[in-house]
Amino acid sequence: MTRLVIAQNRFGLGATANYDRSIDPAAWLRRQIDSFDPAPPETANLPDRAILANELADYFASRGRNRQRRGADDGENANASTNDAARMARRSFGRAGRQHYLNMVDTRARIALSSPAPFAERLVHFWANHFAVSADGFALVRLAGLLEFEAIRPHVMGRFADMLVAVEQHPTMLLYLNQARSIGPNSTLGARGNRRQDRQRGLNENLAREVMELHTLGVNGGYSQADVTELARALTGWTVAGLTRGPARRIFPASAQPGDFHFAPQLHEPGARTVLGERYAAGGIGQAQSILQDLARQPATARHLATKLARHFAGDEPPVSLVDRLADAYRDTDGDLPTLYRVLIDAPECWIEAPVKFKTPWEWVISSFRALGARRFDRRMNAILRQLGQPVWAPGSPAGYDDIAASWSGSSALTSRVEFAQRIADISRDNVDARQLAPRLFGDLLSERTARTIASAESAGQGLALLLVSPEFLRR
Amino acid sequence: MIDRRELLKRGGIGAAGVMLAPQIALAQAPTDRRFIFVILRGAADGLELVAPTGDPSFASVRGSFAGHSEGGTRLNDFFTLHPSFTEIGNLYGQRQALFAHAVASAYRRRSHFDGQNVLETAGPQPYRLNDGWMNRLIAMLSGSQAEAIALSSTMPMVLRGSAEASSYAPSRLPDPQPGLLRRVTMMYEDDEMLHADWAQALETEEMADEIMDAGRGQAALGELAAGFLSDPDGARIAAIELDGWDTHANQGGRLRRGFSALDSMIGAIRSGLGSIWDDTLIIVATEFGRTVAPNGTAGTDHGTGSAAMMLGGAVRGGRVVADWPGLRTSDLYEGRDLRPTMSIDQLFTAALSEHFSLDPVEVRRSVFPAASGTTIGGRLIQS
Repeated sequence: MTRLVIAQNRFGLGATANYDRSIDPAAWLRRQIDSFDPAPPETANLPDRAILANELADYFASRGRNRQRRGADDGENANASTNDAARMARRSFGRAGRQHYLNMVDTRARIALSSPAPFAERLVHFWANHFAVSADGFALVRLAGLLEFEAIRPHVMGRFADMLVAVEQHPTMLLYLNQARSIGPNSTLGARGNRRQDRQRGLNENLAREVMELHTLGVNGGYSQADVTELARALTGWTVAGLTRGPARRIFPASAQPGDFHFAPQLHEPGARTVLGERYAAGGIGQAQSILQDLARQPATARHLATKLARHFAGDEPPVSLVDRLADAYRDTDGDLPTLYRVLIDAPECWIEAPVKFKTPWEWVISSFRALGARRFDRRMNAILRQLGQPVWAPGSPAGYDDIAASWSGSSALTSRVEFAQRIADISRDNVDARQLAPRLFGDLLSERTARTIASAESAGQGLALLLVSPEFLRR
Repeated sequence: MIDRRELLKRGGIGAAGVMLAPQIALAQAPTDRRFIFVILRGAADGLELVAPTGDPSFASVRGSFAGHSEGGTRLNDFFTLHPSFTEIGNLYGQRQALFAHAVASAYRRRSHFDGQNVLETAGPQPYRLNDGWMNRLIAMLSGSQAEAIALSSTMPMVLRGSAEASSYAPSRLPDPQPGLLRRVTMMYEDDEMLHADWAQALETEEMADEIMDAGRGQAALGELAAGFLSDPDGARIAAIELDGWDTHANQGGRLRRGFSALDSMIGAIRSGLGSIWDDTLIIVATEFGRTVAPNGTAGTDHGTGSAAMMLGGAVRGGRVVADWPGLRTSDLYEGRDLRPTMSIDQLFTAALSEHFSLDPVEVRRSVFPAASGTTIGGRLIQS
């Protein structure tokens, strides 16, 4: 029974009231690796990338036209009315963008609430946070969620190197880390700019740095500033059709769909590159692809990913023994992710009885809804997640959200969770009896004190609120 | 794909936008002196904060960025304050603002996360120390016991540590039922961590209720902080975190907006504190600087040396403290960054020991062990 509870709460996304108690916990987890559906029915309602990109491209174009018109117009009144129109357009465009974003958050949450493979879904959330992007601004608010649906989900049961290349070629990442506008100084377009002393044209090393620091080697992974710059040079030309501004805007062929990844040879810095002592011959899109493949193969990358996975499933101070086994498995299989997941399932370090993690706000809200049997995500829930410090796809930094208790515990977090527990409980109290639910969720791991406190509640709603903020429920 | 009418129907929800809220953390301490540490997360460009307009290489190396300082307060014949700082420019005229330039922590690489860890722990390297320097400072002030309050959904590293701390985030929800609160207290009795956090939460809630109608925005954040610091039983020390300084692209406009917000927050703190302003020191700092030359996307990449500000009635201001390293390529750190010539930890040591009348040797030993260098151009704080 205890292993069953741990499989549901620590590996999965939280127990539901009526989960199947006859299953073998480890076998249930393993099955999810094989039966994972990267595109479950809920994803049918996602906004199409081409539509989002066309909306953006249209908006940027109309804004440009308005600017020109305003520049040409001398009459003050005419100016005021064009300004008003522009403000209105900006506002409604912003509102539409937030709706796209909330729609994608809703899709993610509904999958998490009803998936038959909650362990696999937890892994999707893990990798999406590893490759974090932040939904800020007109473009990113529309595109942030797509990275998870288009680049993470299809590869979560595959090889890390494939996920890495898919992520770094995804328009969301290319725009978020400024790669889309990076120009090789000696490329066809860059050289033209240099002759005109145009400082707007040149290299941006943001993506290259975060690839090494966050996505692969880790901050002490043994790379130098020169390696970052070399990767940045190799990455020039990796851009997004139709969504960049500046001199790069006019180079896309008519066949390129706005919003699609595009390799633009006119932006690519010519020449061979050297990264981590390895030489890469001159070549277009393949040069950076080869570097990424090799970065994925580095021992530092194995160690970095092993540490993060171990921390997520075995505690804030990841057990060295488990990190070693994960890193070995990564190296032995050239980064086969399902092999790592099986190491986790087989690891005694992940099955110890005492809870090993303090839930993040996302984990807490989703597990609350699962416990209460909710199938839909209340759209206000993302406002709650914001209040708790973890709105979906908006960590505000490419490092993603922290995965340790110190970042999420503390008295403010506790106060907010108590307030929200009361609100969540008020909605569900007529359908759920917390006194019966608690032992179903936690079995023998339910403490005497928690059971007694819930039983002493002065109302059904209060009992449920107490369950949701009990020490057992706040941790996994 | 989404139906457009459906979109319009749902229009009212989620208007809060996707910016993360700035955060405040506060701490009580047995002193009448007030201290606020403002962390600019993301490595703010010191050459925009305080532009070395008198450096002969400035215009050529900064290109079109050199124009960003036009119209700013002339600090002396060498430095110009960014024009978005009107409040702070006035403070300078009243000798209540001091700027330190070409400063850096002990960190010499270019990761935000590691850089912030060093800035906040004041350790010699990332993750070498497990507590924040403000927390250690509180311990020095009290001698025995100090209480810390944090106004933030998560505790910033600079205030984490053994001195007791709790955190609080502004909330617009109805208050929980008293019966629920009482039972939560019962339920956490056996749980060491939750028990302590909850006890702090209940105490903080009471004071916050009275101050919380402060509204939104950066000025409101300043009012909120001033409210906590001016309450007779309130905090004496606060940390405020402002995100958004990682300007890899379109730096000019983003910094104009960011600096204006910072400026109005300082203005709100000043007016909110009233006469207490005279006992107040505000330090504004960032984890490291940015490249001297603009990059190809009208921004800058991660660099090393940056600038810091000291503001408040307690400051002996009206000057810029800098051992200026120069901007010729051969002067730069690794050929690209402003070379740091002053230890920010040493600057903090000097300012805080003067402000709180503490023995600087002791402050350096227990609070800023990685401080280097000796003197910082005379007194920083009014005696």
